[in-house]
Amino acid sequence: MTTLKQPKTSFWNDTGKTGIASWIFSTDHKRIGLLYLYSTFGFFLVGVLLGLLLRIELMAPGRTIMGPQTYNAVFTVHGVVMIFLFILPSFPGAFGNLVMPIQIGARDVAFPRLNLLSWWLYIIGAVLILTALFIGGGAPDTGWTFYVPFSARTTTNVSLAVFGVFIIGFSAILTGLNFITTIHRLRAEGMTWDRIPLFTWSLYATAWVQVLATPILAITLVLVMSERILGTGLFDPAKGGDPVMYQHLFWIYSHPAVYIMILPAMGLISDIIPVFSRKPIFGYKMIAFSSLAIAAAGSLVWGHHMFTSGMSDTAVLVFSFLTFIVAIPSAIKVFNWVSTLYKGSISLEAPMLFALSFILLFSIGGLSGLILGAAATDVHVHDTHFVVGHFHYVMFGGSGFAFFAAMHYWLPKFYGRRYAEKPAVVGWALMFTGFNILYFTMQVLGMKGMPRRYYDYLPEFANLNLVATIGSWILAAGLVIMLVNLFRGLLWGAPFEGNPWGGATLEWTVPTPPPTENFLEEPVVTHGPYDFKGTGKP
Amino acid sequence: MTHPQHKDYAGAKLGMWLFLFTEILLFGGLFLLYSVYLRRYPHEFAAGGKQLNWIMGTANTAILLTSSLFAAMSVTAVQRDELKRADGLIGGTVICAAGFMAIKYFEWSAKIGHGIYPGSEHLKAGPPGESVFFSLYYITTGLHGIHVVIGAVLLAWIAAKVKGGTVNAGDYILLENGALYWHLVDLIWIFIFPLYYLIL
Repeated sequence: MTTLKQPKTSFWNDTGKTGIASWIFSTDHKRIGLLYLYSTFGFFLVGVLLGLLLRIELMAPGRTIMGPQTYNAVFTVHGVVMIFLFILPSFPGAFGNLVMPIQIGARDVAFPRLNLLSWWLYIIGAVLILTALFIGGGAPDTGWTFYVPFSARTTTNVSLAVFGVFIIGFSAILTGLNFITTIHRLRAEGMTWDRIPLFTWSLYATAWVQVLATPILAITLVLVMSERILGTGLFDPAKGGDPVMYQHLFWIYSHPAVYIMILPAMGLISDIIPVFSRKPIFGYKMIAFSSLAIAAAGSLVWGHHMFTSGMSDTAVLVFSFLTFIVAIPSAIKVFNWVSTLYKGSISLEAPMLFALSFILLFSIGGLSGLILGAAATDVHVHDTHFVVGHFHYVMFGGSGFAFFAAMHYWLPKFYGRRYAEKPAVVGWALMFTGFNILYFTMQVLGMKGMPRRYYDYLPEFANLNLVATIGSWILAAGLVIMLVNLFRGLLWGAPFEGNPWGGATLEWTVPTPPPTENFLEEPVVTHGPYDFKGTGKP
Repeated sequence: MTHPQHKDYAGAKLGMWLFLFTEILLFGGLFLLYSVYLRRYPHEFAAGGKQLNWIMGTANTAILLTSSLFAAMSVTAVQRDELKRADGLIGGTVICAAGFMAIKYFEWSAKIGHGIYPGSEHLKAGPPGESVFFSLYYITTGLHGIHVVIGAVLLAWIAAKVKGGTVNAGDYILLENGALYWHLVDLIWIFIFPLYYLIL
């Protein structure tokens, strides 16, 4: 911790408590936010490492560095770590906690102790998942989706891993209900619903999805455990059960869950674009509304994961139609961002570069999602690398790049120190290049028919796989540069003071770094979140 | 700066209601499975329902409804600052919970004694729909039973707080939320009872 270098008036040390216990038992939303940041980002790096190993294995046909069983375990753990330990908890947990209460003018969240419990449940779940890798039958090899019947029969330690995910689900529910209550109850005077920053709006929509969707995951995982331990057979055709029911239950949660991952990212982009365009956001109300629309419509489209699972044609048609409906609010956001950029005074600093690449990558991912959402085309590319490419475009190119944008945009505020701009841009450029080489190649491979999750492949796919693997190295190089730069900058960089980017949201009005209860005096909000008059910069 | 600690009642209740939503959805997954499998195996489900002991089911329904009444009355008692009476009423709820679990225990052990449990030879020999019915029965009532135990422990803890005076006429949100949780446990049973015991 960098406590000694911080001014005595910030949350780093104004309570006089700086020991490890004052962090892991803190109820301060900023400390909990940083705990989430460190833990989720740590798991992100684990996931990246596993992903790089997968790419090395797929670099050439046949065995390269690992056997088939290890390969199955590695792609499963890569998925579980990235989804449940990084993307799902990271945005609400880290930046939601750090920024949201300040954005609405609150001293903390509505239930600070519950907030701490959320983090602890997350850690307990993570420890259980990690334990599952090493005891019992070893690391799960089912893929992160835990599909039955294989997940009910495999001898690997699925039960414990699934229990870990169950606990993490509990943590997500608590975060969700905490944030909904906070946004309803703790807004400062003058912080009307149409003055809430769009990042907070998106967290609000996300929180509803967390609260309403996660319980379905919980019961599904309970049922997987009971299949394995008690032999209940609810998904086992030999005992009258139906494996497709598992897929329904799983996706009833897991499709809305991708909106838990992407909505806060979209909210963040809606906050960054106007600041770096020096222009009020275009279509504030529609962006806020589209977050809720995505959350609502996105809860009704889960069946598009199952077009080849043997649903009725009517169901396929309905789910396909509903999937296209979700594209509308997503497009509303993209068009509004682009309209905000139009004739703006655009300044291409690191957060903006990440935000702009988000728009591009998310659009590519979103449009390839329509190919998957249309039943006719989905049948051809289902379970191919096209899906893997699509998913990484929206999740990594979308949420991931937005997370990096948030790190460059907000972390200096909380550390009171700045990173160097040039390495940040170099890191971004490398990541952006490597990212497209890696995942666009995957989409091409999928179109050519390369299945996902296969250990080996036909020789005709060899060249493109080599290209993708090289892309993954460029991406990793960019990531290392970004991380080293952030680490050095936030710990030892030049002081970061005031409001250098000219943001108009409340977090830019409090001292840097903020004091423990955020505001020196109760804030009264008199203008909208993107009303830039009088915020320092033109 | 320091602030006087004031409790946000509306906030605490909003949080509790959101949590109750999540509980309904948790059981909702099981009710969803029930509806799908009922449509697939209507006869086996009816036959399975007849094997359940409706007298014990009815007794448990009456017990839970009574316990919910006690829980509601305890909140009113605390509002009127009748702390002793409130403590007694919460005690009544907890005793009802224990009675519920005792009946559940006899029900389950009778069934298990007849060889009816997930993966048993008896169920393997019967039609698949019967096995699905009893698997769902055990998971649903088991999960509900866990909630009864959690609720009872929660209320016992709150009763101690009423006794200690931290929950009183000026500050009873904890009891109110605990009672809300208990009503939910009751409510879910109100759905389980007809679906499993009274199905024709």
